[in-house]
This record gives sequence, structure tokens and C-alpha cells, in this order.
Amino acid sequence: MSNAPESDAAALQDRNAAPVLEVEDLRTWFDTRDGVVKAVEGLSFDLRPGEILGVVGESGCGKSITSLSIMQLVPTPPGRYASGAIRFNGRDLLKLSPDEMRRIRGNEISMIFQDPMSSLNPVLTVGDQLTEAIILHQGLGYKGAMTRAREMLDLVHIPEPEARLREYPHQLSGGMRQRVMIAMALSCNPSVLIADEPTTALDVTIQAQILALMEEIRDKLQTAIILITHDLGVVAEMADRVLVMYAGRKVEEANVIDLFERPQHPYTRGLMRSVPRVTGGEASAVERLSEIPGIVPALNNLPKGCVFADRCAFVTDRCRREYPPLVDRGERHLAACWESENLPEWTA
Amino acid sequence: MTDRSHDRLQDPPLSARLTENAVAMADALRRNPTMLFGLVVLTVMALLAFGAPYFGLPEPMRQSPIDRLQDPSAAHWFGTDMYGRDLLSRVLHGGQISLVVGLSVAAMATSVGLVIGLVAGFNRRVDAIVMRFMDALMSIPSILLAIALVALWGSSVQNVIIALTIPEVPRVVRLVRSVVLMLRDQTFVQAAIACGTSTTRILFRHIMPNTIPPLIVQATYICAQAVIFEAYLSFVGAGTPPEIPSWGNIMAEGRMFFFQNFGIIMYPGIFLAITVFAINTFGDGLRDSLDPRMKRRI
Repeated sequence: MSNAPESDAAALQDRNAAPVLEVEDLRTWFDTRDGVVKAVEGLSFDLRPGEILGVVGESGCGKSITSLSIMQLVPTPPGRYASGAIRFNGRDLLKLSPDEMRRIRGNEISMIFQDPMSSLNPVLTVGDQLTEAIILHQGLGYKGAMTRAREMLDLVHIPEPEARLREYPHQLSGGMRQRVMIAMALSCNPSVLIADEPTTALDVTIQAQILALMEEIRDKLQTAIILITHDLGVVAEMADRVLVMYAGRKVEEANVIDLFERPQHPYTRGLMRSVPRVTGGEASAVERLSEIPGIVPALNNLPKGCVFADRCAFVTDRCRREYPPLVDRGERHLAACWESENLPEWTA
Repeated sequence: MTDRSHDRLQDPPLSARLTENAVAMADALRRNPTMLFGLVVLTVMALLAFGAPYFGLPEPMRQSPIDRLQDPSAAHWFGTDMYGRDLLSRVLHGGQISLVVGLSVAAMATSVGLVIGLVAGFNRRVDAIVMRFMDALMSIPSILLAIALVALWGSSVQNVIIALTIPEVPRVVRLVRSVVLMLRDQTFVQAAIACGTSTTRILFRHIMPNTIPPLIVQATYICAQAVIFEAYLSFVGAGTPPEIPSWGNIMAEGRMFFFQNFGIIMYPGIFLAITVFAINTFGDGLRDSLDPRMKRRI
């Protein structure tokens, strides 16, 4: 647990560092009675040490299935990994045996869930739950694990850690529980932390604290974080790079500043327009909040061309015929849209 | 506060937890008078039954034809039966059988049912096979099954216990399985898997403790029912052999002398009713205090 220098923001931008996690052409499908549901379709991305990757999209766009796929927590059947590779430090997780995968979960890749109210076992004390992964992965005894658990609670700024260790989850508030979850996820010093909507169930002030905590932890431990959210504000605040998903596919990926400055996909633009702004101007106060018309297409019956075509204001015949490839629009700004170049100037 | 918690970390975890549980238990009893009442009555009943040999009462089997079918008197508080045996002594000794059978059946049925239920709830393939077998067992009325089993194996206390346990197991399995099915998809189970916890450990450490509160209630119910069923089996002559007094066979023997001495049926009946009532009361109270989420509200 070394304190990284303050200047690591620059180091984070270093695109030459070897990725810790590479997802390549991942397809997670579900066989259902109504046909094959393609929850994740041909998704690729990589994640470098200490990087925060924001994954955004509407409900049902495959964000959570992506994270569950990386952890291999997708129930199979009905789920299956139809193709692709998830390489963690060069090893393909999809090819590991259940036992090998178990040694990676919680140890090298860990996960925080959306609802801290239900992600802790009500009948075990905080200490019991925290020590579990530590004993399991680090081979420490009970006492050593308790000491480590106390350090972890300190790390996530929980006051009176010793007392908390003996308490049950119902004795803690929501923010506290999410801190405990983070402590649990980090207790084995994982190199990747997957946070699946970690702040959705929390109120705004607590949300800010939890996000600040996650950033602090990234700086301290150089943990790479996959931050799954539908909140663009959180992404703008936290992420280094952003991946926009729609109907199981990656439609745009860019550096966070670049993405907000010049979004190249109509869907990304739609998402950004549907966030209310508090700018204080008289005009914006009466401006109607715009939404993206229509709904996400059924994943078991996707249109032939672009999956966003039916909801897109810039749709052409070509969009309906062929699915657009991801094209680099400069500075590793990838977007899957035929009309990217013809989109009107973006005014934020 | 800090000092105490520091000690806690130094303590061997098990003993610390046992003390904690004992304190919590005493607390729960204080806050829940009905449970305390049930426990006190049960304790008194157990003391009477297991202390019976030391009270200086006549032997429960000693016959004295001269004193047969007497009304209650200073020498025989509950009177005597048709062979002149002291009814008080017989009823108290009979309590031993009832309590032993009740507790053994509850303990065996819940532990066997718990393991089967856990596995069935977690593994779909095992589930399909085991549950059909359990359904088959449940389709036979439990009392008939018990009578048939005792008839097959011969009457002894042991056989009565086993015969009463078998029909109860499917009910426990169903209960445990339903709780497991509900818990299996909870986020905390997912979170435990995401921590790299093995399936066995998840089953026994994360899921099993959550099945205990409903199981305790079920166990007390089974215990109460086993006490009644033992009496029932003994009453129809398929239970405890006649040389051992039990509430069931005391009543069975006394039913022909109903008009001469009503007490032969009444006293064991009253003891039976009180015991069953006390067990049920205790079980209800136990459930309220076992659930950590309910602890606060009480």
C-alpha cells in the first residue's frame, strides 16, 4: 500500500502502459424461449492500471451483464459466452476452471454492487464478512484477518472500526454499508475493481463521499476501476475514459473530456441532452428537457442495420441496411455511426 | 468501548461469541415474557420428569392390587390405576419419554431436513430427484407411516423416535429449500461469490444461518407434534412398550376404567397439554429474538 505521487494523473494518461484487463469481441448471449437474447454483442475495450473507465447507457443496454461476464457470474445456462476473450494480465478468464476463477474473484478482480442494503449478509457481522475474503485469499489467520479488516475500515474512513467489526449490517447506514462493501472489495488489493452503479441507491451527499473515496483509493492503490453508471454527471466527474453502450454494443468510446466536447454518436448526444442543467441562465430555466424518443429494441430481435436507427434523428437508408463499424475519429475517439461527420456542430 | 472491543479481538473467537450469545439470550428472555414463561414451564416439566426417581415416590411399575383405582389421597396424590400403581409416579416418569421423544424427533428431523433442503435448494438436479421422493413421503399420512414403521421394526423408544422423524423430514426439507431458493438470488450471495467464496462455504456459512429462524419455529412445532404423536402411538399400542410408562399408554390403559377413576386419563392429558403449550410458546418467542433484524424492534 504505497502512496503514489500526486502527479499520477499524468501517468494515467500513458497509453503505453500494459492493460491489466482486455475484453475482446465479447458476446454474452442468453438462450430463452423467445430466441437468443444478445445482451452483450461484440464488445471490446481495455483497462490500464489506475484508470477509471466509465461505462454508461440506459437500463438494459448490457452494462451489468458486461461486469457480470468479467466476473463470470452470469448464470450458465441460460447465459453463454458465445465468443470473445477476457484477458486479465494476459490470461483468458473464459478459459479458466471454476477453481482458478474463484481464486481471481475477490482477490484480483472484485466487485461492488448497486444496493448496499442487500449486498451484506444480515446474519453475519461486518467483521465476519470482511475477514472471509482475506482468510480465503491471503492465507491469514483469524486474528491477522481481523487486523487487516480494521485497516480496511480505516482506509474507507469508517469511524470506530473496532466497534463496527462486531456490528451487524442492519446497524449501519446505507453509506456506511457501501463503505464496508468497498473495504471488502479492496481487502485483497485487487488490480481491478468493478463498481456496478455504486452510488445509485445512495443520497446525493453520500454519493459524493463514496465517489471521492473511490478516487482516493485509485490514487493510493493504483486500482483500475470500471465504473458502471447511467449518471453522466458521475462519469464526467470520475472517469478517465468513457464507453457508451447501446443495446449490448459499444457505440462510442473516448477520453472523458473529448467525449463531452465532441460527442460523435447521436445516442451519446441524446444522453447528454437529457441531463438537466443548472446553469442559472433565465433561458435555460424554461427550456424543456429533451428525451430520446422510442425505446431500446428487444435484444432478441435486433434490426439488421444500426441498432439505434429507429430512434435516431439523423437516420439514413444506409443506417437501416448496414451496421456501422467503430471508426477512430481522432485521439482514439471511437464511434459507430455512419453520419458522425455530418452531425451538426455540438454545443454543450 | 474501545478497550472491550480490543479484548474481543484477542479472545478466541468461539468462546467470545458464546458469551455474547448467552448475554443476548438472557436479554431476549427479559424482553419476551411469553418465551420466559414457556421456558420456565418446560424446565419445571423436565425437572419433574427426570427428577421423578429421586422424589421418594413408589416405583411406577410396583403393583398393589389392594390399592387399585383409588381416588387421590395423601399417599397417592393422583390416586392409583387398575393395578394399584401410583399414578403420580407414573405420570412423572411418563414425562421422560415424551420429552426425550419430542426433543430427539425435533433435533433429528431438523438436522436431516436442513442438510437435504440446503442441497436441494442449491442444486437443481439433486432438487428434482430429492423433492419427488419427499413428495412421495408426504403423500402418506404421517401417523399411518409412523404406525407402519413401528409395526415393522417392533416397539421401542428408539423406533418410535425414528418412525416419527421420517414423516417430518419432508416438511423441513420443503421449508429449508424454499428459504434457500429465495436467498440464492440475493445480492449478498452474489457478493459472496464475487469474493471468491466456494459453493460449500456459501451454502453453510451464508445461506444456512438465514434458514435458522424459520427452522427453529418449525422445530418447536415438530417437537410439540412429536410429543402428541408419541402419546397417540402409545395409545393405539404402536408406540412405547407397555413396561415403560408414557402418557400415551397410561391413558390407553386407563380408558377402560374411565368411570372408576377419571384421573388415569385426566392427569397425563393435562401434563401433555401443558407441555405442548409451553413448547409452542417458547418457539414463538425464540423466533422473535433469533432474527437479528427483529432484535431492534422488540
